[in-house]
Amino acid sequence: MLKAFELIPRALFERVVVFVLICASTVAVLITVGIFLSLIFETILFFQKVPIVDFLFGLHWSPQTAIREDQVGAAGAFGALPLLVGTFLISAVALTVSGPIGLMAAIYLSEYAGKGFRDFIKPALEVLAGIPTVVYGFFAALVVAPLLRDSGAAFGVSISSESALAAGLVMGIMTIPFVSSISDDAITAVPNSLREGALALGSTKSEAVRKVILRAALPGITGGMLLAASRVIGETMIVVMAAGLTANLTINPFEAVTTVTVQIVTLLTGDQEFDSAKTLAAFALGLLLFLITLLINVTALAIVKRYRERYE
Amino acid sequence: MADIASPSTETNTDVAFIGVYKPFAECEAASRTKLAAKNLNLFYSGKQALHGINIDIAAKQVTALIGPSGCGKSSFIRCFNRMNDLIDGCKVDGEVVLDGTDIYSPDQDVVALRSRVGMVFQKPNPFPKSIFDNVAYGPRILGMAHSKSEMDEIVKTSLTSAGLYDEVKSRLDAPGLSLSGGQQQRLCIARAIAVRPEVLLMDEPCSALDPIATSKIEALIQELREDYTIVIVTHSMQQARRVSDQTAYFHLGRLVEHGETGRIFDCPEDERLRDYVMGRIG
Amino acid sequence: MIDHSIVQERVRVRLRQRHLAENRFKVYGIFSIGLAVVFIAVLFATIVNTGSSAFKQTKILLQVDLGGDQFGGNIPPKEKDIEAANFHLLTKRAIYKAFPTVMSRGGKRQLYRLLSSGAPFQLKNIVKESPDVVGKTIKVWVTASDDVDMVIKGKVPRDAGPDLRRLTNQQMGWLRELEKAGALTTKFNTTLFLSGDSREPELAGIGGALVGSFLSILVCIALALPIGVLSAVYLEEFAPKNRYTDLIEVNINNLAAVPSIVFGLLGLAIFLNMFDLPRSAPLVGGMVLSLMTLPTIIIASRASIKAVPPSIREAATALGASRVQVAFHHVVPLARPGIMSGTVIGVAQALGETAPLLMIGMVAFVVDIPGGILDAATALPVQVFLWSDIPERAFSERTAAAIVILLAFTMLMNLTAVILRRKFETSW
Repeated sequence: MLKAFELIPRALFERVVVFVLICASTVAVLITVGIFLSLIFETILFFQKVPIVDFLFGLHWSPQTAIREDQVGAAGAFGALPLLVGTFLISAVALTVSGPIGLMAAIYLSEYAGKGFRDFIKPALEVLAGIPTVVYGFFAALVVAPLLRDSGAAFGVSISSESALAAGLVMGIMTIPFVSSISDDAITAVPNSLREGALALGSTKSEAVRKVILRAALPGITGGMLLAASRVIGETMIVVMAAGLTANLTINPFEAVTTVTVQIVTLLTGDQEFDSAKTLAAFALGLLLFLITLLINVTALAIVKRYRERYE
Repeated sequence: MADIASPSTETNTDVAFIGVYKPFAECEAASRTKLAAKNLNLFYSGKQALHGINIDIAAKQVTALIGPSGCGKSSFIRCFNRMNDLIDGCKVDGEVVLDGTDIYSPDQDVVALRSRVGMVFQKPNPFPKSIFDNVAYGPRILGMAHSKSEMDEIVKTSLTSAGLYDEVKSRLDAPGLSLSGGQQQRLCIARAIAVRPEVLLMDEPCSALDPIATSKIEALIQELREDYTIVIVTHSMQQARRVSDQTAYFHLGRLVEHGETGRIFDCPEDERLRDYVMGRIG
Repeated sequence: MIDHSIVQERVRVRLRQRHLAENRFKVYGIFSIGLAVVFIAVLFATIVNTGSSAFKQTKILLQVDLGGDQFGGNIPPKEKDIEAANFHLLTKRAIYKAFPTVMSRGGKRQLYRLLSSGAPFQLKNIVKESPDVVGKTIKVWVTASDDVDMVIKGKVPRDAGPDLRRLTNQQMGWLRELEKAGALTTKFNTTLFLSGDSREPELAGIGGALVGSFLSILVCIALALPIGVLSAVYLEEFAPKNRYTDLIEVNINNLAAVPSIVFGLLGLAIFLNMFDLPRSAPLVGGMVLSLMTLPTIIIASRASIKAVPPSIREAATALGASRVQVAFHHVVPLARPGIMSGTVIGVAQALGETAPLLMIGMVAFVVDIPGGILDAATALPVQVFLWSDIPERAFSERTAAAIVILLAFTMLMNLTAVILRRKFETSW
């Protein structure tokens, strides 16, 4: 196809092509700008109906829209705090599962496992990583939640069928390959000279790992955990299918809680006016989510970068 | 033949336990053999790197291993603390003996071995910890000290023996990596001797250092000789002359000649050694 | 000064503990990996177990008398005759004929309930396809109702009692008779693959969702691949090292980590509201998916382009090629396997995305199979989500079956990506 353009002067052609390339590259920036603008506009409209303080610090979430024109806007409560607490509760459960398991798996695979074992297990973990989240959600709702509820009942403990534990557990499973992969990279990046230095002094492998290698790999591992946290916070389908719909301000993982992402979905699926407070609330939540995950991602990258410079 | 590639060579500590280390106070006669290799062959993934090495290393003396690069000196020295176990596909055939016991026998505890045979590497590799913690690392994991004051004493003694104490005594909490190259290497030496090994293996310890740092370490080696058996790999003949009591010349994976340093350099017997000493090969 | 013999003793004691600690540590490692493997196994086993039965569907054999009186007396009948004919009646007559002893209205209603509500439509389609059967008596396999289906497939035990079974004992008796006569069997469930969604589980299929997903991904690749590759080429081959380039790179890395639901919100606000594009359309779905796939393609393409050795570029330049020619005639073709591999992975991810599609409305109940990228449609993962909410047992098994198909596609694509990468991996 490029041959067809041979009649055009080469220099001009080159300039045009490079211009097209620059435009293509700018799309990435445009998308980010688009996200920001679309979220901010709607959020501003939202804060005209609901005060920002109520939103960020309110303890009550029960979004209703004024049905009639003359109804005062305080028909519903838009306090996002229960949502944030719910989100963090489920994320905490998830990271408690995936953190230790992912890290130990990575340590074993990189420091102990033979090549055959590694070649078998690594693809197996990749399989776990490639499963769509809606499948995990189905699994959580169909198998894990009832199992937890029934085992809880057997021990006399009341576990909700939409417990934070069920959703968090499954989210943890989903995140194991991610944590393992990033930790593996961080551990392998530690210079071999440190490893040899520790072993030559008569350390056992676990001592070398725990006292030298992990300390050196810590920035990378921490960065990885933060990225995993960001993923879990932004996750939607598992919580929509397995977590609750009503806001509940608690840190008890046996209870049902709802999250920011669940509420975004609930507020927007269904017929309503685009400008109603409910719809706008979804965008405000979206902006909140975007900013939180952005903050975590930036922090993660900064940690990795700063400590990499220190050790090299 | 000990297969290094098998995953577990660590063993039950109660059987064939060769003893953690021997106290300093025991004087060992200079003519006693501390380390020996008997018909040692080394293979990297099938390719043979060392051929039939037979050598006795004398106790409390400095033995230098010299020879052109790539002739197996580093591979050989790493046999003495079984660091070759860490390399995939490395196989060792023959015996390597420490105080009369084969360290490649299946019931040898490698972890215990390595605290008896210490190593200093070519490029200084202090841990990303403070100076104090670097030196204290070995004693801590070994459980040598039962109180803070005991640990302080161990660290101070080691740093002093390594000739570094006066330079760092005011900043023991500073990171080990903040020291200069020569200081880092002395830190690594301090770290190695903190666990009171009997043997110190040094794999070209000065090749990454400037001449002043090098001479400091060479002086240090002379002092350490009183307490440790030292085997040093060096590519510098002059260094071997300055520092060692015995010298062994390696050529293409074979031990060609071994003897008292002065004699080796003044009257080399083997032609290959003569060529090396004259500078015709290198 | 510490007594050496005391130190020696301490070290010896510690050594045993240290070895034990080492073994414990190894066990933790294997245990963790074991847990992960068990999770995968349980996940797959549950889903396959639940869903495998959905690939079969119970059918009942009817002898249908297609008398000409229903078709306006015309043989072969005209189209309007077929439309006017009462297939419900024909179907009812057929099932009543199979059980002539059943007289009461209640009994007859029970009989008809053994069949799916879609049975008359299935009959109609058969007549439409071959109108010359009118006037004859034909044997037709029609779909049984979902209650019958569940019992026959063993999902509900036969002796479970009429409430759980949703079938009376009398109906069970009839089913046994049909079985004995060879008029009741399970066949491969083509409906699952070919049909659109339905309120009745036995008539519901993922056909619409498959087409919707396919069209969405087509749009997604059409947008993300060219933009992604061109961006990668620019960043690797042309971009100067300045603040603007850094900005682009930072943006790409950030976008890769943005939660998918945010892209859905973007699609809702801009594509649906500002541009007024049709809701639920694969066009919009594809556009939103392309936003998410773009970073993946860019990052993978950059890596492949970077892997092309500089010597290739130098050789081409030395022969007089311009920068554009070097990039597009030499570098990109060599980077193609890596680019394709990255695209396949991006598509595999896009195939499983649900949340953003919910935002742009692809969550409606869509019965017809979409014809183009502007028709209302749903996507496979969304279909899974919709069905998972329905408590009926028959829908549970279909949800699991749809998941099996979704996973099969995803794994196939991941495998393809790996094979692509390995097959074309030339050692430079």
